[in-house]
Amino acid sequence: MSEPTQRSDSFEPRIVAFFCNWCTYTAADLAGTARMTYAPNARVVRVMCSGRLDPQFILAALRNGADGVLIGGCHPGDCHYQEGNYKALRRFILLKRMLASFGIEEERVRLEWIAASEGEKVQRVINEMTDTIRRLGPLRLEPLPAEAAEGHGQKVAVHGGAV
Amino acid sequence: MTYVYFPGCSLTSTGRGYHESLQEVCRALEVPIQELEDWNCCGATSYMAVDESKAFALSARNLALAERLGNGSTQMMVPCAACYLGLNKAQHYLQEFPAIRGKVDKALAAAGLAYSGRVQIRHPLDIFIKDIGRDKIAARVAKPLAGLKVACYYGCQLVRPYAEFDDQHNPTTMETIMTVLGAEVIDWPLKTRCCGGSLTGTIEDVGLRLSYIILTEAQKRGADLVATACPLCQFNLECYQGKMNGRFGLNGKVPVAYFTQLMGLAFGLSNKSLGLNRLFVPLPERRAVAAGGGAHVRG
Amino acid sequence: MSAVNASPNGTPKVGVYVCHCGINIAGVIDVTKVVEFAKTLPNVTVAQEYKFMCSDPGQELIQKDLKDGKIDRVVVASCSPLMHEPTFRRAMAACGGNPFLFQMANIREHVSWVNKEKGSATEKAKALVAAAVRRVVFHKPLQKTQVPVNSDVLIVGGGISGIHAALTMADAGRKVYLVEREPTIGGHMAKFDKTFPTLDCSACILTPKMSQVRAHPNITLWTYSEVAEIEGYVGNFKARVRRKPKYVDEGLCVGCLECIEACIFKKGKFKDEFNVGLSLRKPIYVPFPQATPLVAVIDPETCAFFRTGKCKQTCAEVCERKAIDFNQKEEIKEINVGAIILATGFKTFDASRIARYGYGKYPTVYTSLEVERLVNAAGPTGGEVLLPNGQKPKAVGIVHCVGSRDEKTNRYCSRVCCMYSLKLAHLIHERTGAEVYNFYIDMRTPGKGYEEFYDRLMKENVHFIRGRVAEVSDWAMTPEEEGKLVIRAEDTLVGAVRRIPVDMVVLSVGLEPQPDADEVRRRFNISCSTEGWFLERHPKLAPVSTFTDGIFLAGACQGPKDIPDCVAQAGAAAAEALAMIDRGHVELEPNTAFVTEEFCSGCKTCVPLCPYSAISFDTSKNKAVVNGALCKGCGTCVAACPSGALQQNLFTDEEIFNEIEGVVKYV
Repeated sequence: MSEPTQRSDSFEPRIVAFFCNWCTYTAADLAGTARMTYAPNARVVRVMCSGRLDPQFILAALRNGADGVLIGGCHPGDCHYQEGNYKALRRFILLKRMLASFGIEEERVRLEWIAASEGEKVQRVINEMTDTIRRLGPLRLEPLPAEAAEGHGQKVAVHGGAV
Repeated sequence: MTYVYFPGCSLTSTGRGYHESLQEVCRALEVPIQELEDWNCCGATSYMAVDESKAFALSARNLALAERLGNGSTQMMVPCAACYLGLNKAQHYLQEFPAIRGKVDKALAAAGLAYSGRVQIRHPLDIFIKDIGRDKIAARVAKPLAGLKVACYYGCQLVRPYAEFDDQHNPTTMETIMTVLGAEVIDWPLKTRCCGGSLTGTIEDVGLRLSYIILTEAQKRGADLVATACPLCQFNLECYQGKMNGRFGLNGKVPVAYFTQLMGLAFGLSNKSLGLNRLFVPLPERRAVAAGGGAHVRG
Repeated sequence: MSAVNASPNGTPKVGVYVCHCGINIAGVIDVTKVVEFAKTLPNVTVAQEYKFMCSDPGQELIQKDLKDGKIDRVVVASCSPLMHEPTFRRAMAACGGNPFLFQMANIREHVSWVNKEKGSATEKAKALVAAAVRRVVFHKPLQKTQVPVNSDVLIVGGGISGIHAALTMADAGRKVYLVEREPTIGGHMAKFDKTFPTLDCSACILTPKMSQVRAHPNITLWTYSEVAEIEGYVGNFKARVRRKPKYVDEGLCVGCLECIEACIFKKGKFKDEFNVGLSLRKPIYVPFPQATPLVAVIDPETCAFFRTGKCKQTCAEVCERKAIDFNQKEEIKEINVGAIILATGFKTFDASRIARYGYGKYPTVYTSLEVERLVNAAGPTGGEVLLPNGQKPKAVGIVHCVGSRDEKTNRYCSRVCCMYSLKLAHLIHERTGAEVYNFYIDMRTPGKGYEEFYDRLMKENVHFIRGRVAEVSDWAMTPEEEGKLVIRAEDTLVGAVRRIPVDMVVLSVGLEPQPDADEVRRRFNISCSTEGWFLERHPKLAPVSTFTDGIFLAGACQGPKDIPDCVAQAGAAAAEALAMIDRGHVELEPNTAFVTEEFCSGCKTCVPLCPYSAISFDTSKNKAVVNGALCKGCGTCVAACPSGALQQNLFTDEEIFNEIEGVVKYV
């Protein structure tokens, strides 16, 4: 499973990947240094720690056009900040419940522990996820009434208003 | 849980003793087995050498039939070492190579079958030691094989490269079972060496020499008999001893029995039910003891 | 919060610089297209490409545009920020810009190096540039905080690497704590008889350094001790060191060893760890005669007093200095240091994992480390190579690559085995006159004088057989093989399987990470490579630094190394630690959290979340307060704040939301 299935006529999913600086972002750099090719569908947003991930970030990604969101953090016990990844996991579990009630397939949001040495896992997970979401098809959300209004100030109003 | 039993071609012909004794031993240990209906050849050695994808398709058909039976958790009991290797190889290749998988899927579909990869392929040694356990085997021993020195011989196909139940170079499962039965085991380095396999039928000199090496080393280390887990090994080691004698000077005869036959003996089952009457080289006096019961065998 | 408000000088002016990185980026990504795209993005006033942005002329492009007032903030689309973010920030600061009005788009490691298809790679690069542009508009000018650095150093591990690093730092006038878990320093090197390729005596070159450590006024040596806990950050670490009881007072013991003589055990009875089990020691012992410190140790597991409570305590009776103290307790020492050097070394591969080589089964199969002790004049046989039956072997086989270059054990080459195998071949041949056979896959002898040593061995009539050994067994096929061990290997130069009967087999075991390497790296908050070696910051350009500032690596804990390489790396680690300390302060990334008081409702959700207790609660104001000096910038509290009162510099909500929007919405 090194290359995702290629179909020229198929839709290309967009995946936002939130990677923590110390483990998963470094692993993605390693995948690059080692020239491991993988699907071009994931675009990385770097945060210092997966504990920084406000669930609204994931919702904002989906609202802005992402078909899936990948969260990468350090393995349990390995967090550079001791336990930020546990906080991320807690929020992730709650968020998944909420997404399910919105009718968003659970495979669209995935949390993976990827250590700095696991470049190969970055490759595998992104390929897998691209395949999975390609199979699910694009994420279609109802347009927001507020979207036209371009509200500013409260982050909730600006970025999707889902929370 | 019932194990789906895949005898394979050899066990219906040259390896009948294995087939018979395995069934008897399973009954004695209350291991429920059910023979796979409409099974076919696993596609082992010769087919594999001629056309790999057809060999895989043959294996996959058996696996697909078995998978249908078990609700996704089929445990398949495969006593023949060649079948065990062939089926495992198919299992691994189907998983690792999408191209092969595609071909095989097509072939299966033509027969109205599909295989998703969820059958667990298990050797009786694995099942006896991991699922049944030495305690249950020990409890069933009625006539311990005391005084019998056994050379446990696995052959080259059983533990390499796929078996996970034992070490690939120094397996010890059979030794554990033999010790539980009360036998003594010899320590020897040839237990996973090749017996000559199908070479004995094609380049006889080479095949016979390999078998001879194994038998003579077992003798040298004081073994009374060789225990096997493979029908081809049993056949090669036992049936050509006359020729080995003539060509390489094999000293006398060495009994070669299936490990299941020895289990049955220790359980006190009859010679006939274990297929011991099919052996060309009879077991040492021990045989009479097992059948007749009671008396002490060796000093 | 419009972009206009977020810019310090009116409308933000963003400069976008797309790097070719030679063909590393431009070979896959259509750089010109990315530049054209960047020009269409809001607030972008300059967009251009350049061959190597990190070069001086590349940096000058940015500096010129800044000085000319064309831009006030910068996006560089090139490699990973972990690689060159500091470079570009420095360039901005050097010409009066604020270095934090900067964002990198990683289009090399995350795009051109992982994609072969031009079209999709260019699209992805555009998305990352759009995200960086949208984000950087919201960046605020920030200042790095400076904290003073404690000038003391902790060095963990007292092998040759730790010793060399300790002496270097101590000679430079720094106070060094050297912590070693065995009763003596010296590590593996102390066990060797000779070192390759010069064959100089290992003890002769090592023990003077060990004594120097002991005597150095700037070194505090704690053996039989382990680091239990680490807190703090670069420049200001706090370590708790657990000192196990030796039951002998180090201050009183003079190393006369009378106690060992007087022990109620008349002879050694327990496996001697230093001689890797080839000899027996008493419950009270010193590992070897030049142990440093030369202080006896009582092993409570085997000492009759500790096990039964009944013993005449003859050791204590005989000690004139009254140094024996059965009541000694474990001690915890707390120290503050500015830098830490890890030199925790390696372990040798467990040869019994490869059953077919017969280690543990045949008593005449040895590991190379055991043979190091056999050939050592201070070893169990006084330097004679003798078999368990007391005889000298007539034929010896040395099996290379045991636990190295093998998919089933370790894939890597352990680097030192070829050379030490040659050394052992020479020593065994010299001391026994035996025929010595080396079974190798490839001979790897890069190093000063190494190939010459190999050449010398070939002239000494040592045999070399190119082929990985299949098995070692007592399976004899001919009368000559009876009673011997037979090594079977395919001689790939002759093209035949060979059987070589020998009296002794030496397994050249590879190097592996210490069994507790994973625990240790967690304690020190660093990473390991897949194989379990401590991970350096950069394999080429930062080989002794780690991703945790202030923690450095020396020696084989980072990967297999021979003595010269360990010493070189220990020196490098010491130099880097010194450079950091001598600067007097460290600059901390200003990515800390802060509270906007007017939004804080005083719910206290954030307070217990902080792993560093950096958030306190001001009861008079009913507001949370972040202590910037304690905050390490993870942002966990920020994500939890229900009112948006907590924000993280460089990772504010609006910065991240805009980055998200940029990364998916436009391309």
